Amino acid sequence: MNWINNVVRPKIRGFLGAKREVPDDMWRTDPESGQMVLGKDLANNQYVFPGSNHHDRMTAQQRLAHLFDDGEYTKVAVPSVPADPLKFRDSLRYPERLKEARAKTELEDSVLVGEGRLEEQAVVAAAHDMRFVGGSLGMAAGQAVIAGMLRAVELKTPFILFAASGGARMQEGILSLMQMPRTTIAVQRLREERLPYLVVLTNPTTGGVTASYAMLGDVHIAEPGALICFAGPRVIQQTIREQLPDGFQRAEYLLAHGMIDMVVHRHKMKATLGRLCRLMTANSSLVKVPAKPKTMNGHVALNGHAAAPAQGVVIEAPVGNGSDTKAPAATSASPRTMTTAAPVKPTDPAAKPTSKPAG
Amino acid sequence: MNEQAKPAEGQEPIRTYLKWEAPILDKERKAADLKALNGGDTSPAITGEINKLQQEAKQALVDLYSKLTPWQKTEVARHPERPHTLDFVTALIDDFTPLAGDRYFAEDAAIMGGMGSFRGRSVVIMGHEKGADTEARIRHNFGMAKPEGYRKAIRLMELAERFDMPVITLIDTPGAYPGIGAEERGQAEAIARSTDVCLGLGVPIISVVIGEGGSGGAVAIATANRILMLEHAIYTVASPEAAASILWKDSARAIDAATSMKITAQDLLQLKVIDGIIPEPVGGAHRDRAATFKATGAAIAKTLAEFNGATPAQARRQRQDRFMAIGQTI
Repeated sequence: MNWINNVVRPKIRGFLGAKREVPDDMWRTDPESGQMVLGKDLANNQYVFPGSNHHDRMTAQQRLAHLFDDGEYTKVAVPSVPADPLKFRDSLRYPERLKEARAKTELEDSVLVGEGRLEEQAVVAAAHDMRFVGGSLGMAAGQAVIAGMLRAVELKTPFILFAASGGARMQEGILSLMQMPRTTIAVQRLREERLPYLVVLTNPTTGGVTASYAMLGDVHIAEPGALICFAGPRVIQQTIREQLPDGFQRAEYLLAHGMIDMVVHRHKMKATLGRLCRLMTANSSLVKVPAKPKTMNGHVALNGHAAAPAQGVVIEAPVGNGSDTKAPAATSASPRTMTTAAPVKPTDPAAKPTSKPAG
Repeated sequence: MNEQAKPAEGQEPIRTYLKWEAPILDKERKAADLKALNGGDTSPAITGEINKLQQEAKQALVDLYSKLTPWQKTEVARHPERPHTLDFVTALIDDFTPLAGDRYFAEDAAIMGGMGSFRGRSVVIMGHEKGADTEARIRHNFGMAKPEGYRKAIRLMELAERFDMPVITLIDTPGAYPGIGAEERGQAEAIARSTDVCLGLGVPIISVVIGEGGSGGAVAIATANRILMLEHAIYTVASPEAAASILWKDSARAIDAATSMKITAQDLLQLKVIDGIIPEPVGGAHRDRAATFKATGAAIAKTLAEFNGATPAQARRQRQDRFMAIGQTI
């Protein structure tokens, strides 16, 4: 502030201020290359910086709009939770902090849940928002995740989670910690109903969120470069006082260490999720009885790997094309694979895990 | 196994006094000095003086411990002479047979466990072990488990289920270990999976927070049918130091964090996060280990008995309902 702002009258000050105002998201700086990008261009590129492919953070609303067909979805109602159960106060009273966050984000809390269509298939999805008290997991966020998962159970749809969180919400103390087991119970409901649970780990996913529902998906996908961890790099460095390895706790590092299935560019995220949902529900909707399709799925994949390439094709055909299934797919698949000689064992649903890829 | 786990008559004098225990230290020292000076002499005047000092020390202890602040409780919960998991196991379990290893990577001595007999019934018992001396603390990594620790816990819980043994877990950890190897091997996944397995178990699980219940590292094996806490134990979403660092970027404000986070057994009972409090001897568990073990054993037995005849589905259902109810009525 220069002296003139302090001297001029408020009305004139307002006039001066208004003249100089520039929307703060008009220009954005690429954190990797330092390049300036027009905010509008960034939005058109799904918030991926064109030069470096750096995936910028997205709001929960943007996530859901990008996921669902035509950006259309219905918000899933989340039961309300007690506000400020601990009467917590840091630099602000906790209710004030919440009020501020709500005004800033137009969200009730850090998780937004919606239901809609993904490539024409009904799904329920939840997205964390880092703008809301650091995307932290408190009672409301836990309740939102649970409500979303239970809604998926009710509608018998897949559930997709876009995780992003600084961890537990300190202002709710132990009640925040208790969201770890609570959300896990909802994950178990999805599993019991054999509904796909897909987790997209985005930058950053840390702490109690990673150490509960975000690491319990059927398939784990991460965005490039996303920080995914339990203890953050700063905490680790303070504890061990050593240099951390390059790329430590980034998506690619987790892929190399077997914690996630794939790293997917944001431009391909929707197609990937759509494909997974289709693959994972194709047989169960066909068979109706949600009893065994999961194991059968696994075996078919195993056959595909274990068998010679030519046979793999034979095996895959009847699965994708359900027209010739007279009985549950498991039984129709096994006689076919029987004829392919070598790796027949795995097709028996009761097969013990003794069968290694024959070869 | 641990010589500190002997009954009360073998109780060694307290070596570590907390700063705010200074008035007690003063009186107890004086009484001890007088006793030593006095030698075999039993003149009534001196004996009276000793008795008076001891009486005063005891009263001071009662007064202090009746109104501990959350931060003082944190210090008691971390007291170096406080009994740890293996002390409880030695005192409460017959035929204890330790089991080791996660079958994937390593043995993690931060979580000790095995099977044994608790009042005539086979159980699986496990808990975070902090260690009683420097060497043991290093061996047990101060009770901070790595993924292999949680994966061992999973293995033991599944074993318990197979052989119809109830599970007892003793919670005493500052938190899961924050290190490169731990992250590399999937600390978050190991904790999530362990919580998951706790929730799916068909045998009852009883958890007792005996010292520090720190964060996800505690939840991983404390997702139980009943959670009990020793009177001066604490259970936190993050250690007060970590919480202060997150909230105010200043870990020196741990006392403020401890005060505002509701971490004491008394607060957590009120929030219905835990089910019961096990009273400690005056002056904390370390002042009378035998009494602590006795009260803990009785509380576990009573709690376990509540699940006699429960089917696996009932045990599972009760546990899940219990957690779903948390925070719904405050």
